[in-house]
Amino acid sequence: MEDIQLLETIEKYLSGELSDQERVQFDVIRQKSADIDQMVVEHKLFLDQMEAYAKRKNVAQTSHQVFSSLLANGEWVPIEAAAPPTKLIQLWSKYKKGIAIAASFGGFVAIFTSIIVMYLSPSLNGSQLLQLSKAVEVIKKNQQAQGYLLNEVKTKVPENAKLISGGSGFLIDTKGYIITNAHVLKGNGAIVINSKGQELNATIIYTDINNDLALLKIEDKDYKQPKTIPYAIRRKISDLGEEIFTLGFPRNDNDIVYGKGYLSAQTGYEGDSSSYQIQISANPGYSGAPIFNSNGELIGVISTRQKLAEGVAFAVKSTEIIEVVNALKLDEKTKNINIKLQRFSSSPSKNRKSQLDNLKNFMYSVRSFN
Amino acid sequence: MPEIRINTLKAERNEQALLKGLAQNDSKAVETLYKSHFTMIQHFVENNNGSFDDARDIFQEAMIALYEKVQLDSFVLTCQIKTYLFSICKHLWLKRLHQMGKYSSPLSGQEESISVENDLGLIEKKDAAFAIMDRALNSLGEPCKSLLEGFYLNKKGMQELASQFGYTNADNAKNQKYKCLMRLKKLFFAQYNIGD
Repeated sequence: MEDIQLLETIEKYLSGELSDQERVQFDVIRQKSADIDQMVVEHKLFLDQMEAYAKRKNVAQTSHQVFSSLLANGEWVPIEAAAPPTKLIQLWSKYKKGIAIAASFGGFVAIFTSIIVMYLSPSLNGSQLLQLSKAVEVIKKNQQAQGYLLNEVKTKVPENAKLISGGSGFLIDTKGYIITNAHVLKGNGAIVINSKGQELNATIIYTDINNDLALLKIEDKDYKQPKTIPYAIRRKISDLGEEIFTLGFPRNDNDIVYGKGYLSAQTGYEGDSSSYQIQISANPGYSGAPIFNSNGELIGVISTRQKLAEGVAFAVKSTEIIEVVNALKLDEKTKNINIKLQRFSSSPSKNRKSQLDNLKNFMYSVRSFN
Repeated sequence: MPEIRINTLKAERNEQALLKGLAQNDSKAVETLYKSHFTMIQHFVENNNGSFDDARDIFQEAMIALYEKVQLDSFVLTCQIKTYLFSICKHLWLKRLHQMGKYSSPLSGQEESISVENDLGLIEKKDAAFAIMDRALNSLGEPCKSLLEGFYLNKKGMQELASQFGYTNADNAKNQKYKCLMRLKKLFFAQYNIGD
């Protein structure tokens, strides 16, 4: 008997599809040949495992779907929990000695480190920080190189306009509101390009130079509004060492790029409390790209990279996005803008691949022109 | 008094029906479990250093654990579903807090709980087998993965699969399926220990 036919017979035998006569014949073969008997036993085990796998997978899927639809129907509202203060006091009295020792040691390490840093880099200042927006030259070159491509699809950049800067951005409200870095928008006008390569017109609503954040709104009839944003904007500070990832458009061909790293300090450049230091390979063009934690919550926005240290970058904290949204209320011109920030994340965090597949629909490449 | 006994009997029968529903992947039963018990776990996790998303993940894991428990040959549930789910979630959450290096006891908001170490030990073996199958399937590549999933998981016929994957006839599809199956079995048994 050919292997393939043998296996087919075994499967029929195990599932009870053989006729009585066939089954009796096969039982005889099994008794005679230890090899075939072994194959039957092994295949039964395998099929049982396959069956268990399939059933469990279906249950997990049902569970996930049921949860999502109940959540969408407002069955539960996430609450921000605060630890009871009594516990903190207990902890403090229990550990204060240890903490005092740790603190003085920490202080010593900090002083020692800053001496080394001062020695190694006597001129540490603003010029050391490289903003990650794509340089004008690069974009220009790209335009020339791909000129024939750009001509085929009619671009939404006005005819005599000059592209002067670019970076990444992401949606924070389904109505088309996008957050990016202020330094990405060096020109007066902007367009955004979604991950499928479609260009959309956008207007600059608000820029906050201090925090290096800016708000854009897509104003284009081709824009298809998604139902919900799959990531929450984190309202608390994230933990040291937390695993993070980003999605941005650092490449000239405008393909979306995924990067992974960790949160390396809870403050940014020179102790700036409005940003994080992160360890991620950030290239120019990542400016304005979101930083997510492993739960799929948005915790920051990539902003600048330290020139000498490869892989060290900074990200504006997500709490500053909330500040930007609050600031809109204070200005006559923008006070009627109603931005609803997502309070919980709904993108599947178990499987990074499908998570990215979902998230990339909310990411935009940003180009600014004059 | 007799009335109370009838009520407890009724409640027990309801719980059994729910578990049966879970075993059969009935979404109504799953919905009832979420509606009756998720809030409890949400409060527990959120009050103990966790987020809403953490609560979701933990509860999903506990549902799978409950499902696997129902599948065990030795299955008897000696307490209420509520107590069981809480005990599993508490155990899983403590473990996760520990992994994150967070200070993790005493936890606040205690419900009644039972020891679930034994159960979780048995369930862990099933977790491992599931993970091995998952890895094996995912490293197969296409069209093998979809072909085998179509046949063994979604129970599609050879004829249907042949047209779905563009094979000229069911025999070609069968040949392809055979080759894929041999590869999958090889991958699976390379990691799965039969004697275990």
